[in-house]
Amino acid sequence: MKPQRRQWRTEMILIRCPYCEETRPEIEFANAGQAHVARPVDPSTQSDADWETYLFVRANPRGRHHERWRHVHGCGRFFNAVRDTVTDKFETTYKAGEPRK
Amino acid sequence: MSGIRLQGAGRVNRAAPVSFTFDGKAYSGFAGDTLASALLASGVTLFGRSFKYHRPRGLVGAGSEEPNALVSVTRGAGRQTPNLLATQVEIYEGLSAASQNRWPSLGFDMGAVNNLFSPVFPAGFYNKTFMWPRSFWEKLYEPAIRKMAGLGEAPSALDPDHYGATYAHCDLLIIGAGPAGIDVALEAAATARRVIIIDEQAELGGGALSDPALWSWLERSVKALAEAPNVRILTRTTAFGYYHDNFIGAVERQTDHLSDVSTGRRETLWRIRAGEVVLAQGAIERPLVFAGNDTPGVMLASAARTWLNRYGVAVGASPLVMASHESGWQTGFELAEAGIKVAAIADVRPIVPPDLLSKARTLGITVLLSSAVTEVKGGKAVRSARVASFDAGGIASSSQSIACDAILMAGGWTPSIHLWSHSKGTIKWDEALGAYLPDQPNENCRSVGGCAGDLALGSGINVAALLTDRDPARIKAFVDFQNDVCAKDIRLAVREGFKSIEHVKRYTTNGMATDQGKTSNINGLGIASEALARPITDVGLTTFRPPYTPQTFGALAGHHKGALFQPVRKSPIDAWAEEQGAVFENVAQWRRARYFPLGAEDMDAATRRECRAVRHGVGIFDASTLGKIEVVGPDAAEFLNRMYTNPWKALEPGRCRYGLLLKEDGFITDDGVSARLAPDRFHLTTTTGGAARVLNMMEDYLQTQWPDLKVWLTSTTEQWAVIALNGPHARAVLSSLVQEIDLSPEAFPHMAIREGRICGVPTRLFRVSFTGELGFEVNVPAAYGREVWEAIMAAGAAFDITPYGTETMHILRAEKGFIIVGQDTDGTVTPVDAGLDWAVGKKKPDFVGKRSLARPDIVAAGRKQLVGLLTEDPSYVLEEGAQVVFDPDQPIPMTMVGHVTSSYWSEALGRSIALALVSGGKARMGETVHIPMPGRTFRAMISDTVFYDPEGARLNV
Repeated sequence: MKPQRRQWRTEMILIRCPYCEETRPEIEFANAGQAHVARPVDPSTQSDADWETYLFVRANPRGRHHERWRHVHGCGRFFNAVRDTVTDKFETTYKAGEPRK
Repeated sequence: MSGIRLQGAGRVNRAAPVSFTFDGKAYSGFAGDTLASALLASGVTLFGRSFKYHRPRGLVGAGSEEPNALVSVTRGAGRQTPNLLATQVEIYEGLSAASQNRWPSLGFDMGAVNNLFSPVFPAGFYNKTFMWPRSFWEKLYEPAIRKMAGLGEAPSALDPDHYGATYAHCDLLIIGAGPAGIDVALEAAATARRVIIIDEQAELGGGALSDPALWSWLERSVKALAEAPNVRILTRTTAFGYYHDNFIGAVERQTDHLSDVSTGRRETLWRIRAGEVVLAQGAIERPLVFAGNDTPGVMLASAARTWLNRYGVAVGASPLVMASHESGWQTGFELAEAGIKVAAIADVRPIVPPDLLSKARTLGITVLLSSAVTEVKGGKAVRSARVASFDAGGIASSSQSIACDAILMAGGWTPSIHLWSHSKGTIKWDEALGAYLPDQPNENCRSVGGCAGDLALGSGINVAALLTDRDPARIKAFVDFQNDVCAKDIRLAVREGFKSIEHVKRYTTNGMATDQGKTSNINGLGIASEALARPITDVGLTTFRPPYTPQTFGALAGHHKGALFQPVRKSPIDAWAEEQGAVFENVAQWRRARYFPLGAEDMDAATRRECRAVRHGVGIFDASTLGKIEVVGPDAAEFLNRMYTNPWKALEPGRCRYGLLLKEDGFITDDGVSARLAPDRFHLTTTTGGAARVLNMMEDYLQTQWPDLKVWLTSTTEQWAVIALNGPHARAVLSSLVQEIDLSPEAFPHMAIREGRICGVPTRLFRVSFTGELGFEVNVPAAYGREVWEAIMAAGAAFDITPYGTETMHILRAEKGFIIVGQDTDGTVTPVDAGLDWAVGKKKPDFVGKRSLARPDIVAAGRKQLVGLLTEDPSYVLEEGAQVVFDPDQPIPMTMVGHVTSSYWSEALGRSIALALVSGGKARMGETVHIPMPGRTFRAMISDTVFYDPEGARLNV
């Protein structure tokens, strides 16, 4: 494996971790893709088309977007967030398993 | 034009003369001067050559809006800074500055020949002319254009300066310390709020520094702020970007104004998080667009006012004012009051406020209304201007030549909304100002003073380009001085079909380069709007992006360079390896010993010796970097059963298993040997580079898909030192050191784990092998790693124990066909492709990636499969990454059917070996493939991936 390049990052956005109940800089967090994409309970019953959709098809909305973040350099928990993709503003964050907001 | 220093005027310190050089010639100024003001006072008019036409250029502005006077400052090796603005470089004793973009000299520039051929350099010239053929662009056009149209030269030596970074938090951040910003700061200073006020200049004051009537107020205010305990003042600091949630990036310049370059850090990058941001950036005066407006000596009226009042420099003996706005008249009046003979005040307006006329009359200044400059005489300095009068229909009725040595442009004011726009605040067009103003905020932010349109500078009208009595298509009336964009270029771009202002910008380059259109955006927009016959609000405005002004790479990099570029992870045995003279390589962030040369051995000789030692004696290897995860809980086996392809529930405590991890798409993402210590406890290992990724993936499934499982995952990578012993004598070496563990083959078979002690230290001892030889991996708490390693070395001396590095490890595993994830796989390789279908639990109802293994593309024929390659010439070692073809005689471009993933000299076999991914490879055993390389094509036979001891007999000892 080759050396990894260091990405120049600032910690711009503030994100509230619903587990820590703290608002912390973005650099403590990692985005984990679209939220509320549940793994089928029994994948073997999925058609090829359904499984393909589960694997690869994701929303790309302009505006409200439900996505997952992990407080990777904090409590380590995955949680859900609603972020506006135009303004980059977080509307809310909530714990994994809670209903879609 | 020839600037004159006036007695008694300005804020420079006449008691402190300063000597410096510009283009090698000696000059002097005073403390408080910028390079621009000192040169101006010394009679210099020519400051640079323009980007495209190499036209002579002088000062236009007096601050960060200056488009022309780009200079390089050299302070010794590695300390050359290009593209500084002469208007911002503070002079110090010994300053050495040079002009740019000229050859052989600023006064006589060969590149100026471009100006003579300017009819063949229209808008988009480079795009149109140099696009084809493509190879010409890289080899011929681009280097030549770069040489001719270059700005400053980047330094090639290492920057010896020290840069820092710091965080700051405040309730209120004020950006810009002009009168508006200072007023806000004074008000906040009286509260309990934590305040930071920053300004790009050396002293606070902004526009007040150019207005002597405000100096006593300024002195009082600065004193009050300096004394306020809750106010932090940052001067020489540029807020270059406004990011999310009131996060502002700013660079403070700490040593560039000092003679001594060794006085600590050069710049500090401030990362400021503010509760509220007040933008007080002020406004920038607009130039007027007329033929010859780029002649040295044609400048902004506001700049002339700054030269006069702040620096005590009159820009000429007989300046002409060309105005569409009252602020030009005021500068004319102030110059006249300072004893300068103002040649005339010309204004495009037919009617101006009567008080201006009466004051001009009192001061004896000629006034020309409904007039515009239509021609400027003078090469490197203004000599005269032709001023034409226009009737109501825009037709020139008369014209006259007016002798003058400077022309002061006053085209109105453009509020600086750069940072507001970075913050994604909306903007609205203000018809009266002829400019965009902040509208709705996107952050807790407000604008005050000039940047909010609050300008007490009188009235005027807004004109995109002045009327002319000449053919507008044949004159050079500049809009963007730095990029040599004329009004006719923008009109041409519109005629050629560019309708979006963003496209017009990129086609003409208006508003690009270092000044980012600070003086040109609005004029360019106005001209485009007229040409498109659409209102400005329909044409829009180009996007402002950080940085506000250019910043150094040094400031952005800070300490993250050289050895501190990224963290280096070192194992507990790293220092021992270093003492032995090991050669290291980086693996992810780990520093690992690659080989241990003896004497003058090169890598090849060292690895051959190390390989022989492992195959025939015993080798010792630092495997501490392996990722390790402790999996604990009543559902641990169930969890691993769902994650890995292999079955885990039946694995007995005390036994190990090779685990293969897929992503949900069915492709291999990691592997490693894991051990079951107890019914509810596993010791997982992952690849060195994959540890964090695997833990993240497991946490994801555990937390979000199967939160009902009772399992805890803990990273233990750095808790264990791992010492691998491989070779026929491995057991003999350990036997004298290990307590509480029976090492006999019957009691401790291959793929087992035992807990006990080694040298008195608790150990988890694995019997595993990544070499195909008898192997043990000694896990001890990291703090004991080196001690145990040295004890093993001592015990192994009788067996000529040999330390080996990652290179030998790679060779030995390749001889056995063991894959390295990420080298022999690339994220598109399934277990079947890699020949690891034996590791997939066929009876398991589900595991991560299982469903994908039945997808049509995954079961299709012709997938690339991992095979061995034996070159026809056994001495030739293929290059890793080399492409494989079936038919070497096919025309180019050939159909590539795979590539070499691993390739080494095998000391055990006395020949080269390679692994490769080849389309349909498993069905092609024994067939010949071809590897075309420069100058020669190599033949190789497809073989099994296990080259050495295919029966595994050497393990069963």
